[in-house]
Amino acid sequence: MSSTTTAQETKWWNGGRSPFNVEYGKLMMWYFLMSDAFTFGAFLISYGTIRFSQNFWPDPNVVFNAFPGAGHTNLPLAFVSVMTFILIMSSVTMVLAVHEGHRGNRAGVMKWMAWTILGGIAFLLCQAWEWHHLITGEHAVLADGKIELIGQTMGGNPWGHLAGTSDVTNALKNSSPEILAKMIHDHHHDLAIADLMKKPKEELIGMINLAETHIREKGPIAFGGYFFGITGFHGFHVFSGVIINIVMLIMASKGVFDRKGHYLMIEKAGLYWHFVDLVWVFVFLCFYLV
Amino acid sequence: MEHQTMSEVTFHHHVPGQENVKRIWKTFWLLLVITIIELGMGFSIYFIHKNPDYSHGLVLGIKGAIVILSLAKAFYIVSIFMHLGDEIRNMIMTIAVPLLLFIWFIAAFLWDGNSYKNLRNKYDKHFEERTLEKKDAGGH
Repeated sequence: MSSTTTAQETKWWNGGRSPFNVEYGKLMMWYFLMSDAFTFGAFLISYGTIRFSQNFWPDPNVVFNAFPGAGHTNLPLAFVSVMTFILIMSSVTMVLAVHEGHRGNRAGVMKWMAWTILGGIAFLLCQAWEWHHLITGEHAVLADGKIELIGQTMGGNPWGHLAGTSDVTNALKNSSPEILAKMIHDHHHDLAIADLMKKPKEELIGMINLAETHIREKGPIAFGGYFFGITGFHGFHVFSGVIINIVMLIMASKGVFDRKGHYLMIEKAGLYWHFVDLVWVFVFLCFYLV
Repeated sequence: MEHQTMSEVTFHHHVPGQENVKRIWKTFWLLLVITIIELGMGFSIYFIHKNPDYSHGLVLGIKGAIVILSLAKAFYIVSIFMHLGDEIRNMIMTIAVPLLLFIWFIAAFLWDGNSYKNLRNKYDKHFEERTLEKKDAGGH
């Protein structure tokens, strides 16, 4: 590269030019991202502190085992693999858009920006499904000597220890027929809840197969808040990234960057988008893998 | 693009060609393979946990390896996709050096959490009894 010789002759710190040889806006984008890394870092580290202060923490393979359309099939980490793949893929299309920008190819930039936007929207839809499933999917838990049906919310979650067999047997006797009927219906969809509730309680208890229900205690309360807080903050970054990318696509299509003579704006939007992917690497690590 | 660009930029990186596209796809495959290995390792913990007397050291080792692989992914995203590796060294340092704070940040706060757990287990027997595994669990 001939540019290296130029670099040595340049008086970088004399003013009037960037000592780092980058445009001001791009440098400031880097510093913004560095500060944002500390924000995400602080969230994840406080999650780590709480997790280290507990004797028990839920196993992600137990929490994240559902896949759209697969019902109760146990598929640990399958759906989040899809989400991760979508985000890596959209990072590639983004860097290809930046590449076409360097060459001044407007059609290429628009094509790859459109794919990046689609990837971002797909990721957000996946996250919406995941949240909906966690919040509304009710699981039987043992609490205060009886069975309750709860989903994962900020106030509690069903991901505690496996409950002791003798405790569960006692708890079934203390639980309402409605809850028992729902538990049976969950595994036998052909039996209607209303019909089940007409049966005597002893018969209902006999119909519950303890080998397949895996009743747990309530998990650490902090788990829900941290999960929704941090993945939500990341999801909001993805959302704002999609909006920025849509604006960039519209500006490119109107020829704004051709008139400016450069596609540096695409580069800056690209930095933000890659940062969102970078954060996902660590969210994925802290919540789904370890 | 040889047109007038920012006056603050003294020289331009040469216009990237086909070899840049090749590098992008190479990085993509690398990230994909690392992610699949990570998922495999995370998944293996699920099976190790099924054995009641599993080795805690083994699980910790696997988790440590996943953390290192994640750091490798982060390096490739920042260096290749965000082109930080192509910038001037001084600029890289103004971003990388402040991030060293994370070493203290992570160590201190995980240590703190762990110490709180030990103190609670020592002085709050109710907490310990309530949060440790039940003896007859897993039988169903």
